[in-house]
Amino acid sequence: MSEALESEQKTNPQGDPITSVAAPKADAKKDPHAEAKRQKIVTPEYMFHEAPRTKEFITGSEAAKEAVRRSSVDLAIAYPITPQSETMQLIGVLYGEGYVKEYYRGEEEVGVMAAIAGGSRAGVRCFTATAGPGTLRGLEGIASWPGHRLPVVAMFTCRVVNAPLAIQPDNIEVSYLINSGMIVFHAENQQDMFDFIMAGFTISEKNDVTLPVGVCCDGFFVTHARGYVRMQDRGLRLPPREAWRGAVPVLDAENPPARLSRDAPVQKSNFMAYNIHAVWQQEVWAAVERSRKYINKYMGGLLTAENVEGADALIIASGSAAAQSREAVRLCKEKGLNVGLIKVRSLRPFPTKELRELCGKAKLIVVPEFNYVGWLAKEVATAIYGFSKAKIIGGPRVYGGQSMPVELIVDEVESGLTGKKSTNVAMSQIMGGTVNPDEVAHFMRSI
Amino acid sequence: MSLDYVKFSNGFEKFMPKEYRDMVEHGPFGKKISVSQMGSFKEVLEEHPMCAGCAMTLFIRLAMIAFPNPEDTITVGTAGCGRLAISQAAIPFVYGNYGDQNGVASGLSRGLRLRFGDKPKDVVVMAGDGGTADIGFQQVLHSWFRKERFTTIMLDNEVYGNTGGQESGMTNRGAVLKMAPLGKKFEKMDMVQMAKVAGCAYVATVVPNNPRRVESVIKKAVLIAREVGSTYIQAYTSCNIEYAIPTDKVMEDAKTVENDRYAFSEYISDEAKQYLTERYGYKEFLPKPAAPAAAIPGKA
Repeated sequence: MSEALESEQKTNPQGDPITSVAAPKADAKKDPHAEAKRQKIVTPEYMFHEAPRTKEFITGSEAAKEAVRRSSVDLAIAYPITPQSETMQLIGVLYGEGYVKEYYRGEEEVGVMAAIAGGSRAGVRCFTATAGPGTLRGLEGIASWPGHRLPVVAMFTCRVVNAPLAIQPDNIEVSYLINSGMIVFHAENQQDMFDFIMAGFTISEKNDVTLPVGVCCDGFFVTHARGYVRMQDRGLRLPPREAWRGAVPVLDAENPPARLSRDAPVQKSNFMAYNIHAVWQQEVWAAVERSRKYINKYMGGLLTAENVEGADALIIASGSAAAQSREAVRLCKEKGLNVGLIKVRSLRPFPTKELRELCGKAKLIVVPEFNYVGWLAKEVATAIYGFSKAKIIGGPRVYGGQSMPVELIVDEVESGLTGKKSTNVAMSQIMGGTVNPDEVAHFMRSI
Repeated sequence: MSLDYVKFSNGFEKFMPKEYRDMVEHGPFGKKISVSQMGSFKEVLEEHPMCAGCAMTLFIRLAMIAFPNPEDTITVGTAGCGRLAISQAAIPFVYGNYGDQNGVASGLSRGLRLRFGDKPKDVVVMAGDGGTADIGFQQVLHSWFRKERFTTIMLDNEVYGNTGGQESGMTNRGAVLKMAPLGKKFEKMDMVQMAKVAGCAYVATVVPNNPRRVESVIKKAVLIAREVGSTYIQAYTSCNIEYAIPTDKVMEDAKTVENDRYAFSEYISDEAKQYLTERYGYKEFLPKPAAPAAAIPGKA
């Protein structure tokens, strides 16, 4: 590589051209948007199922950038993110290169989420990313997107939100997102990040869906670390948003507005107001249900199952916990334990039917999580109640930024199967149809 | 194109409600109308649930008559009395979350520009003093600093009217209201000065008892926001309920307040003057032959 080329590319302190945050320097002879303009629009079917892919070793933030590059995004609004990941500054580079049409740094998350709502109402494709405290700061806006039926893709790179202050991974913020009415995916790795974001745009804008999609991952583990990502050619992009296609008209003064936008007094206290609000919420959640077929079509299912048939125990996990669980399955095999793994990719809609089928014969289910409250264990227990007699171990759990040693997961599989003393899961987190207090006495009595 | 949705589909005319037919046949869409013609055309806002004698409603009606392209205008608001009327108008209204109107308008106006290019799609924020100066303050100021191209109108009744009469940042010092049991302890916020500091291209204060003036400032503000930058109008729109103003004295009160603290003021940047003159044929900013150019502020 020539000296001149190097100094031109390496604009950030780390000197890494891939993560450079500056837009390409203007060259009078060369159109900086030339490459973006040459992108070819292909159908989602071709993009997801047929287009040849090449493998690159990149971070989760870079995977998000590459997904946005191929997704015909019109408007991206950035905030340095509370706390920070590189994602939105990398999207800024795409703006400089012409892949994203409009971009600005907002004042903070309340303003950013409001502006994203405005952009989506204008009928353009919108993207933003935030994390932990930023998610909660913007939550009033985020939680209103489903009700306003706004197609948007937002990336949540989950971080600690409670005191004492920390900036480490912890996905407790997901526990509200899954109850907001939006579609929520949980990415295990950089590849998921890439695939789920692109599929997210396609699914969120389907007429019978018309909902925001949240793509979550566990911060740092996915955003800052590198992994192999198989990507389609960057000269391809998804079809742009068609504003007329949504279930609710956009606010462009080209179409009669939806009554929802016109009738602010829907919240007044009378039966019709309650009724309108109730049916509207029902419809939001019905739209979440209707997204299942598109998740199956474009993402290959709401979950993936490995070695479930005939397994002694199942581990059910999402996000980074799924990655750790895969390694735990391998360690268990060395110990002679035959363990299966179910990775939940879509938290909303939740793969209830799939889990009921897969867990019908299971004796033991272990649900490791990166948060204190165990939202996934509760979801799993609720989904399979009455359909499985498995003992469910809600744990192990790490939080506040800890990574999860795979041995912790192995320990719980052993505790559940053999009665080995558990030092990490409280008795109160043992669930299931056949739990006998004497049989789980080896779990912790308090935590 | 947008006018199509206020036209009848062939054969449906006789089945449409009278209100709708009046709007198509006698409404302001695609026509030039003026406040001096009030009563002779169908207004986009007529029926509303506002209190008797509400000055804010009069102001909103006047503002909507003044919109240069009502058929291509989208209003954005937040919680407060104003949206109870604004949401009943025959133009699209975005009612988002608490105090997020200037954030929503930022994304909306940028998105509409991406889709419609130079074709005007006017975004007008109308929110109360609480929504603008208190809960929405940060987004309001930042939208101005970013020079977002839409109009912000504050409906200033100097109180939280819709929630039952609590002190707001725009309440006058000393006023005894809910949450100010000993009287408000600090001054009315100077949002006009802040708008100028934040770089608004046009800033005006008005009261509703001069319809022609309201019409003039709204028109200028909306036109300037199309290309030059942010514009801000602060209107005194009294709350006759919380301030116990007799219904028949509302206009009298507006006059008193105009003389006391709401004198008409208008700031317009040089760029905006040039834009109005060249693009829309405004004559008032042309140098007057008798006066030397140096006498015009900012042109020294």
